[in-house]
Formats: sequence, C-alpha cells, structure tokens
Amino acid sequence: MSAINSKITEKIRGKAKELLASEKISAFVGFADGTLPMTSRPFIARNPEDVDRLVFNSFCVVNPAVYLPPLLKSFEPPRRPTDPPPKGPLPKVGILATGCWSRNILIQVQENQIARERVIVLGTGCRGMVDIRKVQSIIDGKEIEKAYELDDMISVSGKGFSEKIPLEDVLRDNCLSCIYPNPVIMDYSVGDQVPERKVDNRFPLVDEIESRSSDQRWEWFQNEISSCIRCYACRNVCPLCYCPTCFVDDSTPQWVGKSLDSSDTSIFHILRAFHCAGRCTNCGSCETVCPMGINMRVLTSKLTKDVIDFYGTEAGLDKEAPLPLTTYGKTDQQDFMVG
Amino acid sequence: MNKGWEPKIIAFLCNWCSYPAADLAGVGRMQYPSNIRIIRVPCSARISANLILSALKSGADGVLVSGCHPGDCHYIDGNLYARRRFALLKNLIEFIGIEPGRVNFSWIAASEGGKFADVVKTVSALVKELGPADRMIKSF
Repeated sequence: MSAINSKITEKIRGKAKELLASEKISAFVGFADGTLPMTSRPFIARNPEDVDRLVFNSFCVVNPAVYLPPLLKSFEPPRRPTDPPPKGPLPKVGILATGCWSRNILIQVQENQIARERVIVLGTGCRGMVDIRKVQSIIDGKEIEKAYELDDMISVSGKGFSEKIPLEDVLRDNCLSCIYPNPVIMDYSVGDQVPERKVDNRFPLVDEIESRSSDQRWEWFQNEISSCIRCYACRNVCPLCYCPTCFVDDSTPQWVGKSLDSSDTSIFHILRAFHCAGRCTNCGSCETVCPMGINMRVLTSKLTKDVIDFYGTEAGLDKEAPLPLTTYGKTDQQDFMVG
Repeated sequence: MNKGWEPKIIAFLCNWCSYPAADLAGVGRMQYPSNIRIIRVPCSARISANLILSALKSGADGVLVSGCHPGDCHYIDGNLYARRRFALLKNLIEFIGIEPGRVNFSWIAASEGGKFADVVKTVSALVKELGPADRMIKSF
C-alpha cells in the first residue's frame, strides 16, 4: 500500500477509535476494503472494534456525504412530522472528508439537511481517485486478481499478466480537473494538504460539445443516454439528492414515465442534472457508479460552468455565501429574453 | 413540413403581469397569431423545469414563459429567482440539443398589451421556422 495512504489510514483509525471509544461520536463514516480488487466500499463503524476495517486509498470513489443525513436522522428519537424537534444534544457522527466530500457536507449544512455541530469531520487532502474503467482498458479487460498501490503507481496482476500503471494515467476525469483537493471544513486533520492541481481548462468536454451544432449535440445526447437502464444509481449515490420523494417517483403528475422511451430518459437526465445546478461539487460519484458508463457528469459540469460564468460563484466553498440559486442579483444577465 | 401546419405553443403567463397583458391585447383588439395555448400561473417562479419539459414531452412545438419585469413582481422577488433558473435551464437544454427558439422567456408588464402581441408574433415565427418539434416528444 502506498506510504501516503497508509499513513492517512493509520491516522483515521486512531482518531475514529478515540472518538468512538470516548463516545463523542456514535458512528464513523469511512471506507473499508471491498470484496474485489481495486474497490473500497463505504463503511460505517459503530464501535471501536470496527475501526480496524477502515481504510483510505485511491479506490474510495463514492462520496460518503450521501450517508450523513439518513445516518444522523437514525440517531434521533422517532417523532411525527408535526412534533417539535428533540431537546438536548443529539448523538454525533464522524466522517472522513476530502475536498469535494467536505464541500458536499457544507452544502448539506447550508441546506439545513444536517446540523454542523453534529458532524465531526476528519479532513485530508486528496490526490484523486482511480477510474477502474481506465485501468481495465489499459489491460484490455483482463481480470484483475490482485491490485496494490504504491505512491505514484498502481500495480495490477492476474492470470498471465502483471502491470505497473502510473497513477496519473488512471485517475478519474473529474479528479484530473479538480482544483479543490483540500477540505473546506474540518475538525481534525488526518492527512496533509495536497498542492492544487494546475488545470488550464476545467471543462474541456463541455467546451468541445458546445462548439458542435444543435443537431450534433442532440445526436450526441441521445447516443449517450441510449444505454441508460434507469437504475437511478446516479441519483441514489448523489449527496445532493435527499428529497423524500424524488420527481421520478411522482405519479400525479408523472414527470418521468416508467418506460425506456428516449424522451423519458432524456427528461430524467436533464432534470437530474438541473436539480444539481449550482450545488454540484464535481465529486464524480454519479459517473463512477453508473453500470452503463454514461458520462452524465458533463451535464452538471455544463451547469457549474454556466454558474461560474453568470454568477461568479461555486457551491460549497464559503459557508457564508448563499448557494447560487437560492439568491439573485438585481443585474443578473438576461440576454436570452425575447422582446 | 406539412402544408398548412401551425405550431402549438404553450404559454405560461403569470397572473399579475403577463396574463393581464394578454387580456389587454384582447380588449385592445390587437392581432396576434393564434398558436399559443395560455396557462395562467401565480408567478413566473412557479415554472419549474419539470413543467417546461412536460410540455415538450406532451407534444408542444414551443414554450413561452412570461412574467413581470424584474422589480415588479407581485411577490417582490419571485421573477428574480426565476431568472437565474431560466438562464441555466435554457443553456442546459440547448446544450443537449433542443433547438434555440423552442423554449422562450420574456418579461411583459400588465400595461404592455402591444408588447404581448409582438412577443407572440416573434415566438410563433421562431417556432414556425424550426418546424414541428421532433425531439423530446414521447411516442405513445
């Protein structure tokens, strides 16, 4: 295992054990080794003995902030919607956070989904997470039986092959264009700050698609979503998606039909992205968990780019600044208006 | 394109400015194309992306959303919040390949009957030029 990440792992285990043992927190959200090589699964440690399973490596691809609102709620005494909120301090939860994860935690705080004082954030800088698909394409889809990481290399081996791949070649695209690798909020540091990546263009794919004609863009979009099986994994894994009833589950009116008709799939993807407008932190979970490899992050990237262009802000960086769509400017641009 | 084809345009008009403007245009006997189907809504901020996309899915050839001028909103700032959402939505749906001109936004005050007629003329000309909508329509 890479020296940097094993140091972080040690620190996470130490701190989480200390917090759980002293009952400062009731649970800790982190990662454990998955059952397959190159996978880490989200893991909730509920007692000090669980802590030894926690790990931090380059395969922690799911944003753990998605578990925070339901987990915190599970520690509250049951009550009806009309009952007053429970009195007294409620149990706290610890969580591991890198740059984008901590931004999502901050957004959840700003949107009143979680209380900041109930979350203890263990922050670390992040050097980027690995895209398994990129690794698989490098080794021509052969089955990986063993994988371990060094500081700047990934070593994979299986039947009849063994390969060392530079980490930089297999990082996820969102990590390669990430300029916020360090946590924006944290209570304890468990890893060093990472120098910010020099990125010339944060949205290369968006720019490329924007330069196409309308017909070509439609063709690209239909082609992209044609394989969508509407499993809603991208929605379920998104830390921004916490509505009790999602628009896709509404039945009267039924915004999105249950069929695989391309118009239903198009509407699902447009609205899913639009609901993340001005909130998305580019954590890449949606893209990573997609079983069909749909690149839906390009839609949220487009919105992020427009929000920066129009309103000059980005979500989850400043806890005092309101989220872009919960506020307005008197002189917001309106060139698109007719008449 | 079918000969004699006329577009169907869904117009979401706010109760306080654009709907009275449509009324005024009627009272003033101003001529404008009969392509629009008006739906009265409390405020332009009531219009979510869901409604616009539903209209397109159900077969509308075009959509027009109209509200009070910025600063004139009956609910003080509803249209200012809406403006941000519309700007992003319009860019997003054009990004995925809906033709520019299918979905339109405008500000029309209650006293602007003439402007209402002009906007409807402009929008219906835009949509006519694009032809019948074939993207996003659900084939039942």
